[in-house]
Amino acid sequence: MNEFQEKNSDEIRQILAKYPPEYKRSAVMPLLHIAQRRKGYVSPDDIRNIAEILDISSTDVASVSGFYTLFHEEEGGRYRIQICTDLPCALRGAETFLQSVCAELGVAPGETTSDGFFTVEEVKCLAACHRAPVLQVQGEDEIIYHENQTLETFRTLIEDLRRHGQAQKEGA
Amino acid sequence: MSQYILLRHRDTPNLHTLDGYQASGGFAAFQKAVTTMKPEEVLQEVKDSGLRERGGAGFPTGIKWSFLPDKIWPHYVVANADESEPGTFKDRELLEENPFQFLEGLMLACYAVQANLGYVYLRGEFWQISEQIDGCIAALESAGLLGENLFGGNYKLSLHTHLGAGAYICGEETALLESIEGHLGQPRLRPPFPATSGLFNKPTVINNVETLANVPPIVEHGAAWYHTFGTEKSPGTKIFSLSGNINKPGNYELPLGTPFRELIYGHGGGIPGGRGVKAIMAAGASSTLILADDKALDTPMDYESTLQELGAPLGSASVIVVDDAVNIGWLVKKTANFFKHESCGKCTPCREGTYWMDHITQRLIEGEASLQDVDLLYNVATQMQGRNLCALGEFSTMAVTSGIEKFRDDFEALVKK
Repeated sequence: MNEFQEKNSDEIRQILAKYPPEYKRSAVMPLLHIAQRRKGYVSPDDIRNIAEILDISSTDVASVSGFYTLFHEEEGGRYRIQICTDLPCALRGAETFLQSVCAELGVAPGETTSDGFFTVEEVKCLAACHRAPVLQVQGEDEIIYHENQTLETFRTLIEDLRRHGQAQKEGA
Repeated sequence: MSQYILLRHRDTPNLHTLDGYQASGGFAAFQKAVTTMKPEEVLQEVKDSGLRERGGAGFPTGIKWSFLPDKIWPHYVVANADESEPGTFKDRELLEENPFQFLEGLMLACYAVQANLGYVYLRGEFWQISEQIDGCIAALESAGLLGENLFGGNYKLSLHTHLGAGAYICGEETALLESIEGHLGQPRLRPPFPATSGLFNKPTVINNVETLANVPPIVEHGAAWYHTFGTEKSPGTKIFSLSGNINKPGNYELPLGTPFRELIYGHGGGIPGGRGVKAIMAAGASSTLILADDKALDTPMDYESTLQELGAPLGSASVIVVDDAVNIGWLVKKTANFFKHESCGKCTPCREGTYWMDHITQRLIEGEASLQDVDLLYNVATQMQGRNLCALGEFSTMAVTSGIEKFRDDFEALVKK
């Protein structure tokens, strides 16, 4: 039993029970989600451990991890601020909103703030077109939507996140 | 009865709780089906209702169910909750606010095709909703509505969620099945079709969330009742997701056959700043662009009329309103970039075609394109059509070709002078 399995044994057992035993590989995305949630990204160790649990190759796991956009293989900011700029959102000012957010945080899309708290990402449709501009915050153990955003609500949001992240850091 | 068949939570409190849902008659249809109806009777009722797939294809649901062979077992039912089409946000409202009606529909679908196991595939961004649905499933197990020997009979049923992780293509049903099996979300070559060889190589029905939410009222009130809504060939109500340049964006549940004008100017409150409507996209980013003239605005929104009168499929009824300040070349750049990002890369026409359409439209909006580039763009799109493994590749060309055909001036206005 590897370290990943030991740490998450109950959850892994419950996940494997969802699928026929001969289709154990079905658990690869749920297990990648565990890794992603625990650390905010999927590490090479996670890939090896998941492969071992499911009796598939590390390459198989890495290919799945690489295909889906919510699995990250590199450490980003503590919070990934993901802003939708697809057509319906763009018609409601999402592109301008993205620019203001980047200016506010002093980064370009894809970059992380120097304090390591925020990575700004431009993403595809989040199924919240009627409440654009919209962003989701992907952090450890969460994906949370924030809708009908303005620069003012965004400022409040990042202050809250910073405070929360800082408190966690000091607690740990 | 209330005006809602699907968005009932808007006038029924606590519908998202099992107690609240049962207090408003929830699970009466499931109990009636399992205790007094044969599976084929449930299937027949849904067939007679004329319910059509609400995910985009508009295929008759009962007929889809009837394709499962009775010699290959087990059967599976998968609910498609991968809602990712730009402009579509109806399933999300149902999942968050009226989850038990959707789950009861899934359970009735399972019973109708004699599946003992069903899955709910949710897009990864619906992480919180997935936890909520897990909670609903646990509540149903505790209440004895899921599990062994339901209502004292022989039927048993379990449901599980499976969370995606960010891939539009997984809304395509065979890519969705690949994803559940732990592979890249890439469509399968058909045949075989999922009805004979789907999930885990077994006969499988895949239905959209909204489709399934229609099933409990159909089983409860009957097919004839359902036909009192909508048109003859497109019966029932539909949730129209209204977005873009519109005063009151949101979900509107209306009978199929409601004209565009009523949705946009009646329910949607018209266009901000009193501007004119230039174009309508009825099926999200996958739309054929509709030139919004009086004829279009008076066209009924149902599966036949929109296609026959305007040459544009209704799809998932995600109506994006585009006002007269928008340049269609810019709009096509947005859709081309979306499809380039979401192409799974399995088949060449889509992988390469979306790449080049994105490239050319980028050049266009940067003012670096020539007139020939507009023709080249059109040429790439038409060469892709009919040559893709799945509908994503086809969809990626729709706004491009219809945009150039109907709004060529907008493209020419962007070329290098």
